[in-house]
Amino acid sequence: MKSARRTTRPLALATATLLGLPLFISACGATPAASSSENVTEISVMDYYNNEPDKSFIGDALTSCGTKAGVTIKRETVPGKSLISKVLQQSSSKTLPDVLMLDNPDLQQIAATGALAPLSDFKVSTENFAEGVLSAGTYKDKVYGLAPTVNTIALFYNKDILSKAGVTPPTTWDELKAAAAKLTAGDQYGLAFDANPTYEGTWQFLPFMWSNGGDEKKIDTPETEQALQLWTDLVKDGSVSSSALNWTQADVKDQFMAGKAAMMVNGPWQIPSLDKQPSLHYGVVKIPVREAGQTAAAPLGGEVWTVPQTGNKARQAKAAEVVACMNSDEHQLSMAKARNTIPSKTTLAEKFAAENPKLATFTELIKTAKARTGELGEEWPGQATKIYTAIQAALTGKASPADALKQAQGQ
Amino acid sequence: MSLTTDVSRTASRPGTGTSRSGGGEAQASRRRTRMRRERIFQWLFLVPAVVYMALFFGYPVVKNVVMSFQDYTTATFFTGEAPWVGVANYATVLSSSLFSTSLLNTALFTLGSILGQFVIGLALAVFFQRKFPLNGILRSLLLLPWLLPLIVSSAVWRWILDKDSGALNRFLGDLGIIHTGVPWLTSTSLALIAVVGVNIWIGIPFNLTILYGGLQEIPDELYEAGSLDGATGWKAFRHITWPMLRPVVSVVLVLGVVYTLKVLDIILGLTNGGPANSTQTIATQSYDLSFHEFKFGEGAALGNVLVVISLVFAVLYLRASRRAVDE
Repeated sequence: MKSARRTTRPLALATATLLGLPLFISACGATPAASSSENVTEISVMDYYNNEPDKSFIGDALTSCGTKAGVTIKRETVPGKSLISKVLQQSSSKTLPDVLMLDNPDLQQIAATGALAPLSDFKVSTENFAEGVLSAGTYKDKVYGLAPTVNTIALFYNKDILSKAGVTPPTTWDELKAAAAKLTAGDQYGLAFDANPTYEGTWQFLPFMWSNGGDEKKIDTPETEQALQLWTDLVKDGSVSSSALNWTQADVKDQFMAGKAAMMVNGPWQIPSLDKQPSLHYGVVKIPVREAGQTAAAPLGGEVWTVPQTGNKARQAKAAEVVACMNSDEHQLSMAKARNTIPSKTTLAEKFAAENPKLATFTELIKTAKARTGELGEEWPGQATKIYTAIQAALTGKASPADALKQAQGQ
Repeated sequence: MSLTTDVSRTASRPGTGTSRSGGGEAQASRRRTRMRRERIFQWLFLVPAVVYMALFFGYPVVKNVVMSFQDYTTATFFTGEAPWVGVANYATVLSSSLFSTSLLNTALFTLGSILGQFVIGLALAVFFQRKFPLNGILRSLLLLPWLLPLIVSSAVWRWILDKDSGALNRFLGDLGIIHTGVPWLTSTSLALIAVVGVNIWIGIPFNLTILYGGLQEIPDELYEAGSLDGATGWKAFRHITWPMLRPVVSVVLVLGVVYTLKVLDIILGLTNGGPANSTQTIATQSYDLSFHEFKFGEGAALGNVLVVISLVFAVLYLRASRRAVDE
């Protein structure tokens, strides 16, 4: 029996370890309940700027704001794609960070869960912000998140190719079609945009839809149909490669840089890459509108900073101080300049555009930019899916633009 | 290892004990205690496996089934509230116009992939049965697609299959086969074929390896005896190789089907389910519902549909392997 007894010990140990493991793991996850009167010396921050140089630009701003608020910053950066699943996981285990960055179209979705605290609870100023920026950060009349810098998309054009062909940057859809057709020759397409079956495709379509009076709530309208007809015509003529159906915005930029597209729809975050190629001379104009006299519309992009409901008032107050500081004039200007984005306060626009002429068009657009969730709130993801579904159906020729929109709306 | 040997030694002891002394009340009760202790030990050995299965297989499956009957949204993660909605999620996903498209695509994708992988894998396995120089090196090179991370493979293939500057179109163009770029990934009629092609490329090593192993098990004497009776070449394959390989074939096919049904990363990497849903499968649609539209209940319901389909094949496999044992 001696040998049998000997076996029991490691066996019991193994069993105990296996049974105990989940307990141990869950113990690790739990935050110690802290009293609100404690002295806060450190706050945690989570964002998705995990690539240089943005990682350092944001990190520097956070550190400086932390110093001002008298706390050290414990920062975690996660890849953009896994941020939301991480946030959901943390909200179910009650381990949300003190300061949380979110992509603006996700804010209402997360605010609706009750995981975020309204910034008015901490008297964070919301003055001077562009209307679109506030609407992106607002859920049920309360502001939950503020974006220090924002972005949108416009029409980039290759100055050399256009001047050689004697084409001036288009301002209306007819001009755009004519210019794109004229600029298409051999290996080179007139225009490149991103029509892929993700929210990115929807985002690129919005300026065309909105400037013509289209409404995301109901997409089977003549206005949206005209916009989709434009995209369909451009692909059908061969002015835009049908590969647009599978391109990302980064692919679109690559096509433009390789001289395979004379114009492209893209955002200011591509500027650092474009500037790496000194032989490339480009200009930026607003995305053309159907008829002269219509106003160009711009969807609002960018990330908002929020204060999650962690249940610790003292830490939340410090977190709000950091969020307010990130949104101060000084930090808006420095981050916008460093990251090729636009300050979200309209009061800073003039000064910023004068100092950064390359971003002038974008700065102008931001004043009237619209948030994707401004009208639909948490219903946006469903409707955004319908929009790219319709785009794909029309551009592949599976349905006419009118039918594609009707089918998608009815889904 | 030492645990098992120790136990087998203890287990053999009662037998020797009884043969040495004959019967007696005390002896019998001692034997009963020993037997009981042995049973406890047998159960204890099961504990790690049972705990593991319950934690990592049982819990997710049960959770997924429960979730599919709930209105599970982003808010649920924070509040923990998920109202019971019965079969509403199933009704929504099964009646959606996209479901029939996804189901058909899943069937075509699985069938096409399995057929291609198996036929090419078997042909290569038979080919590598012959002895020729560099056989080993070539065979190990063929494993490469299996070793590459799927996301890398799909990124590379996405580039190869590009309409305007892809390597494949350049190659075909230089040969004079095509004159304009073929939109492999952006045409509704070609995208599924292209995706199946990439998946076949990824699946060949698995089929090749297992089938090659199965071929090695077939004794040479059978072929020698067969050749005396005139069974060579195709006849030898038809009457010796194929019947002997059947158990391995059923394993390869069933595992292949189950692996292929749930393929997600390759499709997401190549086409994102596009163009116009022509490469949308049940797996990609379920992923979209859960992680892009945040309809976790509907995503879970669709996921369960996929689990049930896989289960059918798993049962078929179990029955086939049981029959093989019975024979």
